[in-house]
Amino acid sequence: MAIVRKARGLGGRQPLAVLRRQQDAINQRLRKRINRAPSPILSRGVPWVSVMLLSLMPFAPLFLSAPIMPPLAFMALLAWRMLRPGMLPVWAGAPLGAFDDLYSGQPFGSAVLLWSGAMLLMEFVDVRLRWRGFLQDWALAAAMIAGYLVLATLIANLAGGSAPLGAIVPQIVLSLAVHPVITSLVAALDRLRLLPLSKVGR
Amino acid sequence: MPPPNDRRPGFSRRAQLGIFTGYVAAIAGVIAGVVLIVIAIVDPGSFAFLRRGANEVAAPMGAAGSAARTGSRGFFQRIGDYIDAGNTNAALRREVAAARVQQIRSAAMAEENRRLKALLGVAEASGRPVATTRLVASSSASTRRFAIIGAGSRQGVQIRMPVRGANGLVGRVLEVGPNTARVLLVTDSENVVPVRRASDGVAAFSEGRADGRLRLRLINIGVNPLKRGDVFVTSGSGGIYRPGIPVAQVEELLADGAIARIVSDPAASEFVIVDPVFQELPDPAASPTSIPAPAP
Repeated sequence: MAIVRKARGLGGRQPLAVLRRQQDAINQRLRKRINRAPSPILSRGVPWVSVMLLSLMPFAPLFLSAPIMPPLAFMALLAWRMLRPGMLPVWAGAPLGAFDDLYSGQPFGSAVLLWSGAMLLMEFVDVRLRWRGFLQDWALAAAMIAGYLVLATLIANLAGGSAPLGAIVPQIVLSLAVHPVITSLVAALDRLRLLPLSKVGR
Repeated sequence: MPPPNDRRPGFSRRAQLGIFTGYVAAIAGVIAGVVLIVIAIVDPGSFAFLRRGANEVAAPMGAAGSAARTGSRGFFQRIGDYIDAGNTNAALRREVAAARVQQIRSAAMAEENRRLKALLGVAEASGRPVATTRLVASSSASTRRFAIIGAGSRQGVQIRMPVRGANGLVGRVLEVGPNTARVLLVTDSENVVPVRRASDGVAAFSEGRADGRLRLRLINIGVNPLKRGDVFVTSGSGGIYRPGIPVAQVEELLADGAIARIVSDPAASEFVIVDPVFQELPDPAASPTSIPAPAP
């Protein structure tokens, strides 16, 4: 009987030194969680950096001759806005959009306008619909992404292009299909954002 | 999920002002966007300096990605090669036999050509490329089709220079930075290239469609003489592209032209060649960013 209790390591007739070592190990494990908090740089910066990294998508090793790549940066912005309302400020669309415009090939200002508009619209929707659910979020994201792609094409056409709207239908469909993936990516990044890395006190 | 309650600041003056300022800033963002778009439409080159700087910073990453892209293509290609090795072998044998005949014929023609040219005293302009470089980026989500190449004014690249891949025309240079340049691809809807049919010289304009194919518009409208599979090459008119660079292959016939597949898919070409402008216009400094495309 004594052997079994010893094997389970839950005290019993054990030398004091062994008990103390076990207690230290438990304390150590608890200490890793108790006085830790998320690092302020990570918890504030991850949303901004993740959207900006997705804006660099044109540099990815994937060249497509047709515009079927979903607007990943915009979708990530929407996903952050839906997962953590109020964390990205209302005006975040303008600076992030300006960065996106540098690389996207759209006329400069297109994303500044559309992303700012999207953030304001989300704010408006949040005020109007007091309760949010999965279906509502998904329908709202679908409408915003489709609207964004259509408006972006119209703006590009104003500035010299002449793309028919039919050309972006495959892109819209693909974007709606990819939206859950982006949402789960943002959720994973949110866990990374809140990792307890920095020590509090002491 | 209940709504967040941070939009009800209570009696805190500071929190109320913070929310108000946020709204003002967001609306200012919308207005700034409209103003920027108007500027970009009036003068397309106005933000070129910002893009140049941004591309210079991000280009090394693109160069690394470019190598990875061709590497992954090669991997799948190799698997495919094993699967139909037998058929390929037989086809290659036939092709070699045909090519041998063709080679003899063309050697004879080259010899004849040399003698005739010597007779005329024509000096051929040297077609030495300006730079050989990588494609480091291409627009992904936008309906506009641009690419970034890893060579700029330090390597001698200038605005208007044609860019071609191993198989055919890729586009022309639009904006130049120190080590990068922005290329307007043939598939962009603003890029109009004068072309002719390779076999008999039927003239047309190629114009990008947004979906990665080209729209060919015939100059002489009448009975459409095109057939599926016709190859179009640059005609040399307009003075940018030297004649004879392959551009497109007809895929679908229309009433006044055709829809064509691009010969040199940017996705398949890791390296591109920047050529000098074929014939300099009298006043190249007249429009610094975009030359007027020939009206179709």
